Amino acid sequence: MPSEEKLPRILVVDDEPSILRFLRTVLNTGEFSLHQAENGHAALAAAAAVRPDVILLDLGLPDMDGVEVIQRIREWSQVPIIVLSVREREDDKVKALDAGADDYLTKPFGVAELLARIRVTLRRSTQQTPEPVVRVDELEIDMPRRRVTIRGEEVQLTPTEYDLLRLLAIHAGKVLTHNQILKQIWGPGHLEQPHVLRVTVSNLRRKIEQDVSRPRYIVTELGVGYRMSSA
Amino acid sequence: MTFDDHKRPSPEAMLKRALAEEADTTIGKLKIFLGYAAGVGKTYSMLEAAHERKREGWDVVAAYVESHGRAETDAFLEGLEIVPKAHIEYHGVTLPEMDTDRVLARRPQIALVDELAHTNVQGSRHEKRWQDVEELLAAGIDVYTTVNIQHFESLNDIVARITGVVVRETVPDRLLDKAAEIRLVDIPPDELLQRLREGKVYIAGQAAQAVEKFFRTGNLIALRELSLRRTAALVDDQMRAYMVSREIPGPWPAAERILVCVSGSPFSERLIRTARRLSDEMNIPWFTVYVETPGSSRHLQENRERVWKDLRLAESLGAHVATITATSVANAVIDYAEKQNVTKIVVGKPTKSRWREFLLPPLVDQLIRLSGAIDIYVVSIQADIIRPRPQAPEPKTSISLTGYIVSVALVMAATFLCLLVRPFLAPTNMVMIYLLAVVLSALRLGLKPAILTAFLGVLAFDFFVVPPQLTFSVADTEYILTFIALFSVGVIISSLVSKVRERADAVREREEQTASLYYLSRDLAAAANLETLLAAVTKNIGESLNARIAVLLPEGERLKVTAASRELALGEKELAVAEWAFRNRQPAGRGTGTLGSSELLHLPLMTSASLLGILAVRLEVESGYRSTQTRRLLDAFTSQTAMALERVQLSLRAEQAQILQARETLERALLNSISHDLRTPLVSITGALDTLRDKIHTLADEARLELLDTAWEEAERLNRFVSNLVEMTQLEAGAVKLRKEYCDIHDLAGCALAALERRIGTRGIEVRLPPDLPMVRMDMTLMTQVLVNLLDNALKYSPVTSPIEISASKDTTRMTIEFADRGPGIPEKDLKRVFDKFYRIPVPEGASGTGLGLSICKGIVEAHGGVIMAENRIGGGLKIIIELPLH
Repeated sequence: MPSEEKLPRILVVDDEPSILRFLRTVLNTGEFSLHQAENGHAALAAAAAVRPDVILLDLGLPDMDGVEVIQRIREWSQVPIIVLSVREREDDKVKALDAGADDYLTKPFGVAELLARIRVTLRRSTQQTPEPVVRVDELEIDMPRRRVTIRGEEVQLTPTEYDLLRLLAIHAGKVLTHNQILKQIWGPGHLEQPHVLRVTVSNLRRKIEQDVSRPRYIVTELGVGYRMSSA
Repeated sequence: MTFDDHKRPSPEAMLKRALAEEADTTIGKLKIFLGYAAGVGKTYSMLEAAHERKREGWDVVAAYVESHGRAETDAFLEGLEIVPKAHIEYHGVTLPEMDTDRVLARRPQIALVDELAHTNVQGSRHEKRWQDVEELLAAGIDVYTTVNIQHFESLNDIVARITGVVVRETVPDRLLDKAAEIRLVDIPPDELLQRLREGKVYIAGQAAQAVEKFFRTGNLIALRELSLRRTAALVDDQMRAYMVSREIPGPWPAAERILVCVSGSPFSERLIRTARRLSDEMNIPWFTVYVETPGSSRHLQENRERVWKDLRLAESLGAHVATITATSVANAVIDYAEKQNVTKIVVGKPTKSRWREFLLPPLVDQLIRLSGAIDIYVVSIQADIIRPRPQAPEPKTSISLTGYIVSVALVMAATFLCLLVRPFLAPTNMVMIYLLAVVLSALRLGLKPAILTAFLGVLAFDFFVVPPQLTFSVADTEYILTFIALFSVGVIISSLVSKVRERADAVREREEQTASLYYLSRDLAAAANLETLLAAVTKNIGESLNARIAVLLPEGERLKVTAASRELALGEKELAVAEWAFRNRQPAGRGTGTLGSSELLHLPLMTSASLLGILAVRLEVESGYRSTQTRRLLDAFTSQTAMALERVQLSLRAEQAQILQARETLERALLNSISHDLRTPLVSITGALDTLRDKIHTLADEARLELLDTAWEEAERLNRFVSNLVEMTQLEAGAVKLRKEYCDIHDLAGCALAALERRIGTRGIEVRLPPDLPMVRMDMTLMTQVLVNLLDNALKYSPVTSPIEISASKDTTRMTIEFADRGPGIPEKDLKRVFDKFYRIPVPEGASGTGLGLSICKGIVEAHGGVIMAENRIGGGLKIIIELPLH
């Protein structure tokens, strides 16, 4: 068992004592070293002092807006941030992701889900050089050769479709907002045209998904964006 | 009435008094510094009082004080806050006026306003300063003001007779009546004359000659007496009011009432003033009545304007004013008097000549004969008209001129005919031909051309027909009788015909007015909502008065044009006038004394219970604003409109009350549902957890798992319920804004399936979506919610082994999405109700819903402009159909 110092540090930011207690309980698996903060300013201080490997951030903080906390951290650190928010506030999630958060979880969430997200995030952040070939289930993207195969059979993609697939694959497991994708692939001028993205996703799914109504690879995150499922 | 009745104030009087006292707290108090001439020191006294109040800690400002450059006044103004004056440009000259708006905004406790009788520059809001003062009072500001006795309306003519100077700036007596305090500023006339000689008296813009004429010792003594007497009378009134309010028994005057009749004659004004003085002296209410007879429409326009002015004068002097239409003046007056319990009627002395009196008994005689218990006061009318009268309108030359030309032509034609038939007829019979011409012109041309025809006819008959021809001399004296007969028959026929025609005209006019009122009331009665009602108002009133109409109703803080005739746009200025009329509950704008320079007449729409809005009118004919008939018709229209508006608003309110009640029922159901649906899962969860905590070591693994599963499932259910509640609340509050984007139906179905992944498990769900479905604009998050709810229901209510089908199709205008299950379906009669809130299908064992799922679906689909329906499937099961418009 690695010593306490070697364990990945998690900073939990929430003002609800019951949530904090719950998170402490479920994360106390021996995998992580836990730190906590009850408000935005304490979170900013802790982020600098503790240098966490992952931050679990509740958006509804008493002293400052969660999105602002993200922006302030992003000014100097690329530490992965997972946002916790309630279902009714899609806008906040999108704002948080656009501000630089890496993932989000909707309350109430399951423990398994939380642990999986933390692990994926940690893995992604420790991964130094990107893999030249990404495999998800039966889908294989060979980046150096710009070749996409499904169950070994090559799929013909348009350049845009390929770019989109590659972008999602690089960030497999991570949610990308509509804006982030539009900006990356079509450029900032297309931010107001999300339907371009929807059409491309629809076409892409037809080529790689077995059942477009139950996609395995490109998952729609309602009101937020898309995510490539990781493994 | 017995003496006892007067001992104690009646309950009505007490109530009135109480109401007046209550009103006193919100309406400002008026204090008048009354003098008998310029220079007695009114302004000085007012400032003195102001300083005193200020020392006592009152918030006093000088709203308008004119020092006329007198140093002592200027010095005395020091230490008082002066509200800057408004500068109004008129004909290139900038003149200072009181800035009423600024004073209103400043809201002092006491405002000093000099020279109450002042006439404002054109372009000011009100014609007269006293109107500004009334506005300040209405806003709850106390006003100190100065005025001379000769400016009071009811004393105006007396003053003119005493001094020979006509004072044009008058103030209605009601201001004096409603003043909370009157301070008589008095110095002996000799002292005043001394001050005048020393140049200490400023008299605005009057020539030295006029000043000399006015400031004579005799005049001053008379005026002084007048003001002293008037003040004494007021003090007397106050004393009486005090005694009444304190129930002090005393000899109260009998409940008498005075009625004065006006006819539009130049003397009516004096009658009105006399009546006012009488009513003042006896301290009793008075009425002014004008009786319109079919014949009175024959009066000139000038006369109508005079009647209108007289009635307005009477109103400003505090009379109750009425106009009655009847055939007999005397009967109508007596009728009215009896209805109003009038005890004295004031009429003018007849001026008609004796022989006309013989033909038609004068009104006085008729009244006396009919009056019974009512006293008749006959007031002498001298020929000294002290006020210049407005000039009569220009005669309508063009119309009458053609009339005269035609009458000459008729005579010529008759003469020509006579010359033709001369060989066959005796001259006496030829008279008939001329008579025919006279009758024709009387029928077609009116009275005067007909008389001309008769006159010319006689001449032509004499000249051309009667021998010796071509001379005016007459051989046979018999013809003189023929001439006289021809002329008098001509005059009588034409006057009769013209009277009949005028009567017919009057009747027609009345008829038209009645008809337009009838049409309006019919349309108003038919109007079910505000929109149709306002449309009826603008259309009917516009058409019957040949006017453009706008209706302004309050919306929040301001008035808004809710309906208007075409081509009528109200600018900022008109809106401000309407606003004023609304706030002050008085007509304003064109044709009134307030803001008369505006383009429209603004009339408040009022019923006895409420103030509803403003009717703004622009008449095509300028004289219409001053015509009694138009104003009376407008009054009738506004009161009808107001009543109809009130009716609609009341029914709207009733409807809202009904909605509110329905809402309350719903809320009760919601509360029941919440307490049930929140508690049930909580009971299971706490129960399960409680057992686990207590018996964790003694329970078998299987039992522990069972308990945990129960707790988890119930927590899930609780979560769904809370989500539904939140969703429903947001939908109902209108907080949900659709964010429509082009969405892929495949994606939509995928999201719904993904959301329920755990619940679906291994259940068979057939998704049949054609591959070429177009993208549809919708709010994907909300529509996914719809699908999730429907899928959830299908999962809940159908047997686990049965399939659930999701399919979609499209035609040119809409996209149809169908959900079908093989559950128990819904009783046919409830198919429509399933989308109602808290409707629950008879629940199969283990399944329970919130009763909100389907109503949320309905709300979302309808927000998209779509429809959602339920039907039972052949072979069992339920099908939900959603139709969304494609464009």
